[in-house]
Amino acid sequence: MFADPDAYRMNPATPAPVTSSTNTPAPGPDRGPVMDGAEILVACLEREGVDTIFAYPGGASMPIHQALTKSTKIRTILPRHEQGGVFAAEGYARATGRAGVCMATSGPGATNLLSGIADAYMDSVPLVAITGQVPQWMIGRGAFQETDVFGMTLPIVKHSYLVWDINDIPRVVKEAFHIAQSGRPGPVLIDVPKNIQQAKGQPIFPSKISLRGYAKSEPEPDEVALNEMIGLINASKRPMLYVGGGIISSGAAPELMEFVERTQIPVATTLMGIGCFPENHPLSLKWLGMHGTVYANNAVNEADVLLAMGVRFDDRVTGKVEKFAEHGTIVHVDIDASEINKNKVVRLPIIADVKKALVRLNALLAQAGWKRTPTGEHGRFPEWYQQIQEWKANYPLKFNDTGDKIQPQYAVQLLNELTKGEAIVTTGVGQHQMWAAQFYDYLKPRTLITSAGLGAMGFGFPAAMGAKVACPDKEVIDIDGDGSFLMNVQELACAKVEGIAAKTIILNNQHLGMVVQWEDRFYKSNRGHTFLGDPKDPKGIYPDYVTICAGFGVTCERVTRKEDLRGAMERMLASKEVYVLDVMTPYTEHVLPMIPAGGTYKDIITD
Amino acid sequence: MRHTLSVLVENKFGVLARIAGMFSGRGFNIDTLNSGPTLDPNTSHITIVVQGDDAVLEQVTKQLNKLVDVIRIEDFRDNEFVDRELVLMRVKVNGETRSEVMQICDIFRAKIVDVQHTNFLIEVTGHEGKINKFIRLMHGFGISNLTRTGKVAMSRRKDENEGGSGKAEVES
Repeated sequence: MFADPDAYRMNPATPAPVTSSTNTPAPGPDRGPVMDGAEILVACLEREGVDTIFAYPGGASMPIHQALTKSTKIRTILPRHEQGGVFAAEGYARATGRAGVCMATSGPGATNLLSGIADAYMDSVPLVAITGQVPQWMIGRGAFQETDVFGMTLPIVKHSYLVWDINDIPRVVKEAFHIAQSGRPGPVLIDVPKNIQQAKGQPIFPSKISLRGYAKSEPEPDEVALNEMIGLINASKRPMLYVGGGIISSGAAPELMEFVERTQIPVATTLMGIGCFPENHPLSLKWLGMHGTVYANNAVNEADVLLAMGVRFDDRVTGKVEKFAEHGTIVHVDIDASEINKNKVVRLPIIADVKKALVRLNALLAQAGWKRTPTGEHGRFPEWYQQIQEWKANYPLKFNDTGDKIQPQYAVQLLNELTKGEAIVTTGVGQHQMWAAQFYDYLKPRTLITSAGLGAMGFGFPAAMGAKVACPDKEVIDIDGDGSFLMNVQELACAKVEGIAAKTIILNNQHLGMVVQWEDRFYKSNRGHTFLGDPKDPKGIYPDYVTICAGFGVTCERVTRKEDLRGAMERMLASKEVYVLDVMTPYTEHVLPMIPAGGTYKDIITD
Repeated sequence: MRHTLSVLVENKFGVLARIAGMFSGRGFNIDTLNSGPTLDPNTSHITIVVQGDDAVLEQVTKQLNKLVDVIRIEDFRDNEFVDRELVLMRVKVNGETRSEVMQICDIFRAKIVDVQHTNFLIEVTGHEGKINKFIRLMHGFGISNLTRTGKVAMSRRKDENEGGSGKAEVES
């Protein structure tokens, strides 16, 4: 059954809300009243349609906070740690496609943003991070709370600014949002010295920006190459689609659906691509890579034509990259020219916005008479489908669902059943992240929000807060591990006080489960600081999340018996408040299947 | 293999750090790097000599292009270009060697810019081959100090982007 086809007929990236500037179509410069720099900055954010900022104040950013208190358009949310703030901004961005905005003060505030900026860079998330800086004349003198955040973030930003003149603020903010959200999205940093925040000036808001080094960011596909691609599909017997986050970034899920309905090619996504194609569709093979399905890995590696779209041949996907899809002809469509031939040399590179490429491909296919096939009636590659069906039957995603212990996979499966795949799921990093990706059926883009490239523990709960703020009508659930959850547990205070009803399911096995799994597989089960409980009381449960949550004024229920889980989960879903479900699971479970690092799909471990 | 790239960049805060950081962060090797202003005070020209095969050069070029402050990259693989380097060196001399060093300088059109009893300060410009030959010859007399600018380069042909601003405006 294919749920909610309409989800694939509309662009999930909603346009930015109407800003005040669009009400005044006046040509020529748009001047504001005399304000201080901080007020100009906030006015610029309002003009970009920003409705939420996650900001933690400090000496060097106080003027901006003062200006924010006067804004009627921007909700300022106080996280309890800058890292929580930047992850929340990412959650907001990943759920909407619009730039998430966060702010911190200079020095330690700025350094606490780094993990989130790096995360946004790795996963191509539009993010604008603002930092306060010491006054201009103190820069470089080792002033109190001074760090060179511009220099520190150079390798992890798409672009960055140190504002050196109050008159530059409107241009810098406009450019920052344009760069963060266009082309291949990414994080942009704006560092603002305190004296510039305090200086007075009359802003001139530009209507255009001029970036001569950046005009080439959204290339059109080459028509000849697209025709060659269709020729390859036509001659193919075992074609596969390998699609990733680029489909979601460019809002191309409806175009991908049409392309699949016309060509009838099976689809495997990357972890970042989950949700860009409904996982309950008969042509979906779920996702590939180290812990992806056997059938997705087999099909991609044994395909004769591999259509790689909006992907980057990450090592967690390819394993040994020279052996990856070695017998297939690879077509690589990506908006970022530097991704072509970076990790894998391909036969047919197409540098293009993947949405534009799919729109043209669909038009060309329609012209050539490739009709849209209704879901489930595909028949173009019968032998290939049969082979895939065989793999699906022989190697389904499975686990030992026995005894009264709560298998973590069962918990995810149950959540899938109770939410009908309609929730937005966020995760931390580790085993629970893989199970959340494996045992939940994602049907729409932007429904799995996970730190994929960087693999930053502690991401799940703040990201859930950000997603919930952006999508208050959706159920947002952080499927977390006990290790990851503890890393940003302080954000319970933010969620509680701000009334952000993000839910958490802790799959609590008292261990760093993924590292334990590697210890079991590769280090003879010698435990190298992977036990998170209290060694003096190894049978007890530590820390006590019920008590911790009580301290935050948050409801938390612990579940230790399988028969109690359904009821507890229903109570969690019925709640309208922030809610934690502490689910005790055995630490002996391994995430399977597994392709060991540097291996090939033939090395896959299934038990 | 060594390649020469000419990179036109916005003359903005941190642009050199961005470029140098991209090289170190992605494991590319810079042989020489030279940066200076152009006719337009808003832009700088950076000439980079980089080590690596064609695949490395392809990545270097693409990664440079991704930097917002990089306006244009010229890769001198496929067309004729002129490259020059300037070197200053202090060469030891005595009564016996002084005239020989002066003769060699003459042949290489090198300039003796300062004269001391025991050494000459010599300035030489030219392409890499000439410079290296000159340095080898001077080694025989003893070089006590040496500093090089790194290459600057320019295509022999006028390219179509030259002169124009190349500016593209984006409405948003």
